Amino acid sequence: MKYEVRFSGTGGQGIIRCAVLLAEAALYDGYHAAQSQVYGPESRGGSSQGEVVIKDSAIYYPKVVCPDVLLCLSQEAYNKYAADIVPGGILIVDEHFVQRTGIEAESVKVYELPIVVTAQDRLQNEMSANVVALGAIVGLTEIVSDEAIERALANNFKAKVLPGNLEAYRVGVELARAAK
Amino acid sequence: MSEKMTNSCKGTANVQLMQGNEACAMGAIKAGASFFGGYPITPSTEIAEYIAREFPKLGRYFMQMEDEIASIGAMIGASMVGHKAFTATSGPGFSLMQELIGYAAVAEVPLVIINVMRFGPSTGLPTMPQSGDIMQARWGTHGDHSIIALSPSSVTEAYYMTIDAFNLAEKYRTPVVLLMDEKVGHLREGFDISNDPEPEIFDRVSAHEGKYVPFANTESGVPPFVALGQGERYHFTGLTHNEAGFYTSDAGKVSEFMQRICGKIEDHVDEIAQFELDAMDDAEIVIMAYGAVARSAHETVESLRNAGHKVGLLRLKTIWPFHTDKVRELCAGKKLVAMPEMNMGQLAVMAKAALGDMPFLPINQVDGRLIKPETIEKAILDKLAEMGGDR
Repeated sequence: MKYEVRFSGTGGQGIIRCAVLLAEAALYDGYHAAQSQVYGPESRGGSSQGEVVIKDSAIYYPKVVCPDVLLCLSQEAYNKYAADIVPGGILIVDEHFVQRTGIEAESVKVYELPIVVTAQDRLQNEMSANVVALGAIVGLTEIVSDEAIERALANNFKAKVLPGNLEAYRVGVELARAAK
Repeated sequence: MSEKMTNSCKGTANVQLMQGNEACAMGAIKAGASFFGGYPITPSTEIAEYIAREFPKLGRYFMQMEDEIASIGAMIGASMVGHKAFTATSGPGFSLMQELIGYAAVAEVPLVIINVMRFGPSTGLPTMPQSGDIMQARWGTHGDHSIIALSPSSVTEAYYMTIDAFNLAEKYRTPVVLLMDEKVGHLREGFDISNDPEPEIFDRVSAHEGKYVPFANTESGVPPFVALGQGERYHFTGLTHNEAGFYTSDAGKVSEFMQRICGKIEDHVDEIAQFELDAMDDAEIVIMAYGAVARSAHETVESLRNAGHKVGLLRLKTIWPFHTDKVRELCAGKKLVAMPEMNMGQLAVMAKAALGDMPFLPINQVDGRLIKPETIEKAILDKLAEMGGDR
């Protein structure tokens, strides 16, 4: 088993943190996981990409080749990466920020979700959009367990902001289930 | 050979997701590092951040200097008074440190310089990888000298190799460079050392018989080191010096000094240079690699083996001193030796010298990306076809 996930968007959206959380959860579920990223010299703005390889045996080449799942939170990210998705793979885009142009393979399952708006309106915290997106990915793929994600969230966020992030994760999972 | 050195570590009860840079910082703490002098630079910054957070809690010293020249100066001073001193930097900072690396080599001051290599030259691509400082680590400072440089391939190895770097610096009284690819420094993967044996930690030897001779021509080539302030008053200098540490231009003394400071490392290459061999026993084709590229090469070996080619991996864990004789011996009689590198062929120069007339294929990529396993595979298959071999 080998599963590749790529998260893409704009610097500052928490894209890399999102990848870290998934990789950590995969480890807690007993898999091998490797997480890497590509970003520009600037810490905000500019394109940002985080990726995770999950495997049931040792990972040597640690990079994603063709993602099974791609998340795009910006148009630039979609334009750059959507064509790489494996046939039959999953594309998740933020419906308010990405206009699809059909560069993904026809067999790709597409989910256009209101990720950022949900974080803004329902959670009153735009910064939790990355965790909403993570919830959507796990809700659609069930690649890792909820328990593992909760453990990863607890390990990554201070007690004060943890409840908000657990809620963001649950909301993301719901978004995915509703769209399934 | 320990399997986990090149690859990810799987989920276990005590597993943590760890970044290469963080593992490096943890290794430094484990090795007993007590002074960090540095200037943060991408892609090594996480090391300075980790140390800045942890060192004060441990009563150790973190000092951010105004630039990398001052950083290495501070490290040298700290090491002279007995600290295990280190820094974390990248190409542009490593360039600024070169002059004092020479000073540390000649004054025989133990130092560890972690160079998380980024794409160069100059400011280059700060967040992207290139194994571009291989030759700079060897010859970046002027004059004949020797140096030790290591290159880890995984997060776990970044931890253990950092400990090795400190041990070697202390043992040989020399600057040691950890040449870590950005792709390893920024990689996060499983890390669990809870069941590993306790690593050996080596501290510089200060014991001596009779009067202390600070730069004594000992049998091993490494004089004992009594830290300044511990009762012995002596002189450090970058000038070529006699055993007492004072300038000399006496031809015999100068020659003896040069032989000693180079020989103390080069003559111990068997002890220092480490390799990892994988599937080499029946291999007809060898892929020689180091750092992050060795991970790609490992997949190429698996893929070509599945296609019926007898391929093995020779991974260089130690870059300098380059063990010419051992490389020649391991590659003797092979049909082809391929060497993928994320540069224009820096260590290939050494490999070529070791291999002589043996068929050699350097595979070089300088585009800010880690070389893919398929790229290595295709280059090898094309070469085999060109050589008239089977496909």
